[in-house]
Amino acid sequence: MAFEWLTGSNLPQFWKNYVALFDDDKEGQKRYVIFDMETTGLDWKEDVVLSIGAIGVAGNAIEVGDFLEVQIKQDRFTSQSIAMSGIIKDEQEKVVEAEGMIQFLNFIKDSILVGHNVNLDIEMVNQALKRLDLGRVKNPLMDTNVLYNKWKGFADDSQAPLDELCEALKIEKSDRHTAWGNAYTTALVFLKLKRKLRIA
Amino acid sequence: MNNPVAQGIADFLKQYPPFSSLAPADLFYIATQSKVVYLEKNQVLFRGGDATHPDFYIVKDGAVGLSLTSDAEETLIDKCDEGDILGLRPFFAKNDYLMTARAREESIIYGVPIAAFQTYVTQNPKVLEFLLESFASQTRNPYDKERSGKLLAENTVFSEQVADIQYFQPIKYTRNPITANPEDVLMFIAKTMANSAVGSVIIQQDQLPIGIITDKDLRSKIATGLFPITVEAREVMTTPVITVPENISVAEAQMIMLKHNVGHLCVTRDGTDNTPVTGIISEHDVVAAQANTPGVLLKQTRRATNNKELKYVREKLTDLIQNSIDKNIPISHISNIVAEINIALTRRAIELAVEKIGSLPPVRFVWVNIGSQGRKEQLLLTDQDNALVFEDVEAAQYDTVKRYFVELAGLVTESLNKVGYEFSPHNIMARNPQWCKSLTDWIKQYHTWINTPAEKGIEISTLFFDFDFIYGFPAIEDALTETIKQNIERNKKFFAFLANDTLKNPPPLGFFRQFLVEGDGEHKDSFDIKARALEPLIDAARLLALNQGITEVTNTYHRFKKLAEIEPQHTDLYDECAEAFNVLQHFRTEEGLINSSNGRYLNLNELSKTDKVKLKNCFQPISDVQDLIKNRFSLTYVS
Repeated sequence: MAFEWLTGSNLPQFWKNYVALFDDDKEGQKRYVIFDMETTGLDWKEDVVLSIGAIGVAGNAIEVGDFLEVQIKQDRFTSQSIAMSGIIKDEQEKVVEAEGMIQFLNFIKDSILVGHNVNLDIEMVNQALKRLDLGRVKNPLMDTNVLYNKWKGFADDSQAPLDELCEALKIEKSDRHTAWGNAYTTALVFLKLKRKLRIA
Repeated sequence: MNNPVAQGIADFLKQYPPFSSLAPADLFYIATQSKVVYLEKNQVLFRGGDATHPDFYIVKDGAVGLSLTSDAEETLIDKCDEGDILGLRPFFAKNDYLMTARAREESIIYGVPIAAFQTYVTQNPKVLEFLLESFASQTRNPYDKERSGKLLAENTVFSEQVADIQYFQPIKYTRNPITANPEDVLMFIAKTMANSAVGSVIIQQDQLPIGIITDKDLRSKIATGLFPITVEAREVMTTPVITVPENISVAEAQMIMLKHNVGHLCVTRDGTDNTPVTGIISEHDVVAAQANTPGVLLKQTRRATNNKELKYVREKLTDLIQNSIDKNIPISHISNIVAEINIALTRRAIELAVEKIGSLPPVRFVWVNIGSQGRKEQLLLTDQDNALVFEDVEAAQYDTVKRYFVELAGLVTESLNKVGYEFSPHNIMARNPQWCKSLTDWIKQYHTWINTPAEKGIEISTLFFDFDFIYGFPAIEDALTETIKQNIERNKKFFAFLANDTLKNPPPLGFFRQFLVEGDGEHKDSFDIKARALEPLIDAARLLALNQGITEVTNTYHRFKKLAEIEPQHTDLYDECAEAFNVLQHFRTEEGLINSSNGRYLNLNELSKTDKVKLKNCFQPISDVQDLIKNRFSLTYVS
């Protein structure tokens, strides 16, 4: 068995490292990680993560090299996952869910996580972590939908799809069928909203 | 690692120079190192005076304006659109940004770290050339208002930009430089340097360069007492010495100096330190090669071998004038420099014409610039007025000799015309047989003008009293000047006519102190600064100076200054006139540079209120000096 720690009670090293990052208060420039996921569906109890795209933002700039893309192997086949796999190109190596989570946590570290409707995606991650007998994601979260509502003066619970934000903020949409494309588009949305709302 | 975001950026960069000349893998690497920055409208990316960023920028979407701030006023110099590069300054200069970059609309820009890009710059000559080119053109003339269409502002890049050809030509350097051996005693090396007035000595062993001793080494290692003055060269020399091959360009030399942070490059036969030393390039050589300094222009004039090269110098001179005006260098200084170069141009044109004819002049002669050139007041490209005086010859030879000089003058005036000096509208040029004659004929001519001044005669002759002998035999010059001096002395008739002529110029201001503008014609409603303001001063200065027997200076400013010396009772007025003349020249030159014209007509609507006041302040001395002339020459009856 490749992951002996799965059955053991000892927490794995990557998790210890991850948790340790939150021990001290960090000074200096904040790192934001903007991410998006493709999932088998919208039911966080049933569905699983197919791919993750994430990119870092520091200050007023997207750091192009601070980038992660993970494709996760599926053992369960739902109609959604079959449909999706047609879209996801097979050029990239796929990893098992546990490895995907390790890569994701190693990448995000203690950054502020930003996503569009971030809660659903985070819940997916939390479920995956639960399957590994680990705790929940500890990072502070920001939601571009919420920021958008704040900027527009809309009600907090009003829902706007990413496309609408792009429209309003005049953002050219990158590859919207992939997790990385959505993550990059969301990052641009975030940059603009961050400036407009004067978020440090 | 797979990074589709970086790939997208690489694909974008690939479309634009200098990135288009890089390999896809290199572009991808650069993209992974870069940043995506969002700028809100009016957000400042960097400000003039800010320390330089580690990145330079490429506009992805939107537009970024580059502006220059002076006197709390921001002047937009350039606009960068999609694919344009800005902020290249840190590549070339260690000091702060010169301009302010501000988003003109919402913009997305890519920031590329200079550190990551540097390697490709030095490896890829095309990239290097491109960057240097863009930087060079902006250093050349960042304030240039004239070529706004093609202007290269702070590090922006347009594909249609004009390369500064000079910059990419091989640099001129010192061949066979002074060298020393590693065991030589430093004191003697320093003596050699002092005697030969050089700033560096290459240390060589078996004819191969192993180090260099520069002023800096003497300063930092000897003068500080770190080493005794008797130390051997090997102990203090800077090593290794940076070597370059022969025939490198000015651009490359500068780049290599910047890269290695050195002020001297050693030229060797194959560019490595395994072949003998053949020369040395100093920082000064680099500066001299690109600066439009008067010295360099003079040198270029003397070396010119055809009209095209002379024309090039004259174009550079226009840049120099523009720069000097922008830097508020006093107009009298600028005039001096420009006059020197104009003279050198004419001299060279004469030499080239002699070569072209193929036989030396049969007798000695002088070339005389008259009118504004004779007064050394020609800043803009205006008309050429000139004359030629040759030595007296036997009557039998006269026709042949005259034919030679008329032909010579024909070639010279033709070539000056090609350089940009228009032919004189009244054909007052040496190629006109009337103004190309022997000394005796000229003496007669002046005699007639001075002693029997007819109205028509005077009109033309005033030009001939502003002369500058610029080429030829001094004795002819002296003889002519002496004739004039003798003839004008106490010649009331002559001065009365000259004074009359001077006062004919219309006054600049109307009864209500409003500007008198042109009533009709092409220049309707503009102010004729030449006829109404400059000429009254020029004429007054000529009249008063000649009346005081001043023939050695012909420049209006200097004539007034000389008069101020000679006539202490009018010092103030003459000083004011001299000052007014400079201010008016400044106005005319600026106008001429902006409109590429002779600057004669000012559009009053385009003048700011302060400029109008400044202009009006020049008019009081004009009317005062005209009153003085009326009294002195008993011309009160003249309106």
